Amino acid sequence: MSSVAVAGNVPSAAALRQRSEDRTAWLLALPAIVLLLLFVLLPVAAVIFLGFTDFELGYGKFRLVGFENYAHLLGDRTFRRSLWNTSVYTAIVAPVSIVLGLGVALLIEGEGRARGFFRTVYFLPVASLIVAMATVWQYIFHPTIGPLNALLSLAGIPGPNWLGASNTVLYSLSIIGIWQSVGFNMVLFLAGLTAIPRELYAAAHVDGARSALDRFFLVTWPMLGPTTLFVVTISITNAVKVFETVKMLTDGGPNKASEVLLFTIYQEGFVYLRVGYASAMTVVFLAILVVLMLLQYRVLDRRVHYT
Amino acid sequence: MRSTAIPAGRIIRFGLLSLGALMILAPYIFMISTAGKTQSDIFTSSLSLLPQHFYFAENFAKALNKVPMATLLWNGVVVCGLIFFFQVAVAIPCAYAMAKLKFRAARLMMVLVMLGLLVPIHATALPLYVAFDRLSLLNSYTALVAPFTISVFAIFMFLQFFRAMPDDLLHAARLDGMSELGIVARVIVPNAWPAVTAFAIFSVVAHWNDLYWPLIVVSKQAYATPPLGLMYFRAAEAGDDYGALMAATLIITLPLVAAFLLAQKRFVEGITMTGLKG
Repeated sequence: MSSVAVAGNVPSAAALRQRSEDRTAWLLALPAIVLLLLFVLLPVAAVIFLGFTDFELGYGKFRLVGFENYAHLLGDRTFRRSLWNTSVYTAIVAPVSIVLGLGVALLIEGEGRARGFFRTVYFLPVASLIVAMATVWQYIFHPTIGPLNALLSLAGIPGPNWLGASNTVLYSLSIIGIWQSVGFNMVLFLAGLTAIPRELYAAAHVDGARSALDRFFLVTWPMLGPTTLFVVTISITNAVKVFETVKMLTDGGPNKASEVLLFTIYQEGFVYLRVGYASAMTVVFLAILVVLMLLQYRVLDRRVHYT
Repeated sequence: MRSTAIPAGRIIRFGLLSLGALMILAPYIFMISTAGKTQSDIFTSSLSLLPQHFYFAENFAKALNKVPMATLLWNGVVVCGLIFFFQVAVAIPCAYAMAKLKFRAARLMMVLVMLGLLVPIHATALPLYVAFDRLSLLNSYTALVAPFTISVFAIFMFLQFFRAMPDDLLHAARLDGMSELGIVARVIVPNAWPAVTAFAIFSVVAHWNDLYWPLIVVSKQAYATPPLGLMYFRAAEAGDDYGALMAATLIITLPLVAAFLLAQKRFVEGITMTGLKG
């Protein structure tokens, strides 16, 4: 910045320099711009366009069908089921993993020597291959030889067929989802907690906030605002994108009881090869992500600035 | 806060954390224990953690025989390595131009980056698949790597990092007659090391774990990445040989978990700094 101000004494030279700098900048950014066009902008435009066609892979010709795909989506029971299941899954996994993540972070924050150990343990699932861990969960949830039901039968409770029954499968997947994301949320909350100035707690104490609960609501919770908002958005987006465990363990079954959005899009587009119809679904998926982001910005604008 | 905590509170806190830790660790414990059990052991005593006959060697041999483990791990390393290399090579110059140069398109680029942050691979997969199919590029490293060579997230992260870098450093380099590309290579990159390692962790964790895109573009064992390979193995074994399955799971989970345990401080920093996954 300062060099430009100094060079400003000689306008023509400055302008020349500025132009050459702009050209260099374009060159440096060029690979990124080209790839961004090729792998993000163009494909998004293509998905929106394909959503208005009856394109199927393997057939040469396709025609524009207007909003036919979207009209069809409204009445598609599989798609509606899949939207509903994704919502239920998100409504369970996001809040529970956020609350548990915050709880664990608060507990660990106060812990002394064992702090590092617990942080490592809770974070372990984030660094583990989820596809691999899903097969372990499948064994744990196994109705006859699985340890979970063996444990339940010790207590005299007949265990359900966790992943095999349509009334429990979504909850079983949610348990895996929560197991996987608690540690991730914990690490983000821990970072937020470390950033809170210690003096605030002392000040709260002087102001009469004697109990830990008082201090939490007076200092910790408001100061964590931006972190919490971030964790909420990330948790919801990640839950909406659930795919690996479903593909690995249930294939959307039994009886479509675990059909989720990305799985339905995958089946429609890459198994049945109905690209046009799957594109329309993808547009709905993108719209959900856009709405989530807009909501985040609105809240960000209004509420989380305490400083 | 810490000084006022009474011992009873401390015990409760420790108890709660231990209970939670046990639930987090349970799958790992069962994975290791089951990998050492015989088939009959698995069927009769699922709750005893210690195998009755140590069957680790047999189960591991079975897993290694059925899964081309070396190929899978090699594919994982090649794909993650290439993706990371291109992401950094593309993002650093771009972020530098946006942060430190008089770049008239910087604002437009910022809008593109913010838009790009919103779009996951799941949204672009259909047209990309059609394109790769037309170009006969399915089942290749190109198909696995190309869509991820651009990471708007990397641009975003490096941009934040570069903005905080002092300008004096660059002026000194310019006075020494360095070209802008030379500055990027010899001043920016060495100084951006913390951001690069943080991003490396984010990128490798995300792509090592990714199942969606490999599942779409790869249908041959030869190009399978670790998650895909494990899926093939499970399908081929029809699922009930849990001993071998757990052994395979153990082998495939180990590299990243070992890396995490060795460099966990960096891992946690990296994930906090990037704050994003998937």
